[in-house]
Amino acid sequence: MTRAVDPEGRAERFIALEEHEATHDRLVWGMRQHRDQAVAAVPEWEQLRELASQIKEHTLTHLDQYLEQFEQNATKLGTQVHWARDAEEHNAVVYNILQSHGAKSLIKSKSMLQEECGLTPYLQKRSIEVTESDLGERIQQLSNEPPSHIVVPAIHKLRSDVAELFAKELGTDPTNTDPHYLTESMRNNARPRFLAADAGMTGANFAVAETGGFVVCTNEGNADIGASVPPLHVASIGIEKLIPRVRDLAIFIRMLSRSALGWPITQYTSHFHGPRRGGELHVVLVDNTRSERLGSPDFWHALKCIRCGACMNTCPVYRRGGGLSYGATYSGPIGVILDPGFDLRKYRELPFHSSLCGSCTEVCPVKIDISEQIYKWRRVVVGNGLLTITKRVGMTALGATLSHSTLFHAAESVGETALKILPRAVLYNPFNPWGKHREMPTVPRQTFRQWYLENRRKP
Amino acid sequence: MKIGLFVPCYIDALFPETGIATLELLEKLGCEVAYPAEQTCCGQPMANSGCQEDAAGAEAHFVRCFQDFDTVVGPSASCVNHIRYNLDAIEQTPETRKVRTVTRELIEFLHDDLKVTAFPWAMFPHKVGLHNSCSAVRKLGHVRPSELVYQPHFSKTEDLLKHVQGVELIEIDRPDDCCGFGGSFCVTDEAVSAKMGYDRVQDFHRHGAEYIASADMSCLLHMKGVIDRLKLPMKVIHLAQIFNGGPL
Repeated sequence: MTRAVDPEGRAERFIALEEHEATHDRLVWGMRQHRDQAVAAVPEWEQLRELASQIKEHTLTHLDQYLEQFEQNATKLGTQVHWARDAEEHNAVVYNILQSHGAKSLIKSKSMLQEECGLTPYLQKRSIEVTESDLGERIQQLSNEPPSHIVVPAIHKLRSDVAELFAKELGTDPTNTDPHYLTESMRNNARPRFLAADAGMTGANFAVAETGGFVVCTNEGNADIGASVPPLHVASIGIEKLIPRVRDLAIFIRMLSRSALGWPITQYTSHFHGPRRGGELHVVLVDNTRSERLGSPDFWHALKCIRCGACMNTCPVYRRGGGLSYGATYSGPIGVILDPGFDLRKYRELPFHSSLCGSCTEVCPVKIDISEQIYKWRRVVVGNGLLTITKRVGMTALGATLSHSTLFHAAESVGETALKILPRAVLYNPFNPWGKHREMPTVPRQTFRQWYLENRRKP
Repeated sequence: MKIGLFVPCYIDALFPETGIATLELLEKLGCEVAYPAEQTCCGQPMANSGCQEDAAGAEAHFVRCFQDFDTVVGPSASCVNHIRYNLDAIEQTPETRKVRTVTRELIEFLHDDLKVTAFPWAMFPHKVGLHNSCSAVRKLGHVRPSELVYQPHFSKTEDLLKHVQGVELIEIDRPDDCCGFGGSFCVTDEAVSAKMGYDRVQDFHRHGAEYIASADMSCLLHMKGVIDRLKLPMKVIHLAQIFNGGPL
């Protein structure tokens, strides 16, 4: 049986690194504040959200047509279109393309889909050298960690962590934590690899059905070097990335970076229409559970996601526990609702790694009901008999007690007596999680009900 | 109009003064209030854990207790949120639908239904930090959520507090960040929950609050646990007690 990830334990260990947690919370909340300032300057923001949501819903409910239209138009542009049912097929398609070109080295710009498919380990096992070209993603690659955030993959690290890592991997001065120095060092190390790579890979933020083109948004221009220097460009595109028309981009591009970092637009918004002269362009359209999700009345809206990360930045649980606590490709609130769709057993604890505060739903630029879906995933976990035994037993007893007034009122007096007489050592033991960081409530002389019966009920 | 008073289980057991204040306040405002003494819980704790089957008994009992009232009022945004939007572990009979429709949270009842413009008996000369709970902000709409920064600001709770003499509202850095209670979340995700609670309480403390006031006693239960552990010079109080002028 798949072992479930333990987000609570992982988060606890991150919080114990006090400086990491405090810095992470400050930086991530800072992105939320920048987002607030940016959207406050757009009076029609709510209208944009509604339009973006409607366009995505329309596309998803006509996805077969738009995918075929995209394929036809992309093919006309000279792009070679491939289809992949799942991660395994995606990886095999990519590997075959690389192999047929004799490609041994690859530079990649950040792609959550390729993370989802486990592409890098798959290719490395087959002796392909893979270099991430996004700085944060490269840091994560050298750390053997997945991205902890979908926009800023190494946000959970301190500068000193990066200095230490680069000292080990690149031979830099471990005491120099200056970001300019560190970035320059990585640039000098990576650039020769970029220039010598046999192939470049990107993801895509949007694929446009009416043109057959696609758009990649980055802040470092790293997708462009991967797409422009090597003669071979392969792009992995999730089938939910389709939008019908070029003009729809006018909405999504306005929203993406404002939601993510509070910037009006990403530094680079690159449009790819067919291979460049003398080169080849391949697109792999990937399903990997998306069709199944599309058929789920409760969860298909999650496919509207444009991967801005706003829900992560606002999430109080994400900010404290860090992205690696989710133990999954997608972290934060969007991860909580996406990951169980890939493997319910493995990710069964994620829907409980949330206080259900609802802030994610409010910041989402495409109006995904994220918080409501987290709530519904809990029901799915319970319905599949996967709720942790301690939670399950507690809830059955509680439910039974609260169904009957006499049981409830008896339990109330037992609970109160226990709180009054049990010594502190018993209440604050390691098995009482409340008491670890918080005092227990004091117990009043009488319940409201007792007061009411004494004071208001006529005998 | 006869009002059914809903006193959530944890208020009944741990914070009777909040129940008393709610009852007295409604009576002072001229309402005829009855308290069905056999009531227990709305079902939220079980339902929030995904345990629909376990929630069904409490939900059915709740409906039986309140089905004869035209209005039900309870001093808890999270419970009212559950009743209004999530009480669906049981068959949606006409009685169930009615109870779900007529249940009002105290702040919205005072602000929207009674349209209260004065609490002449109330006086609270303190620096107060307002904790609008997640349910109050994002589900019941007491306040414009901070995420919707592009919409005009409003706050029903602040509007009502303006009618209480002496209240000095303080501002904090993160006006509607979650306190970390979250029901069973506070024990199943202990480290994250406690850290959220510490940050929230320190935000109020840093800005000089003497009291943290809220429409949700469950958040206050959590923050009181933190305040007591950190031995901070702050108290928590339910808004019903401020509006009623006690008991403190």
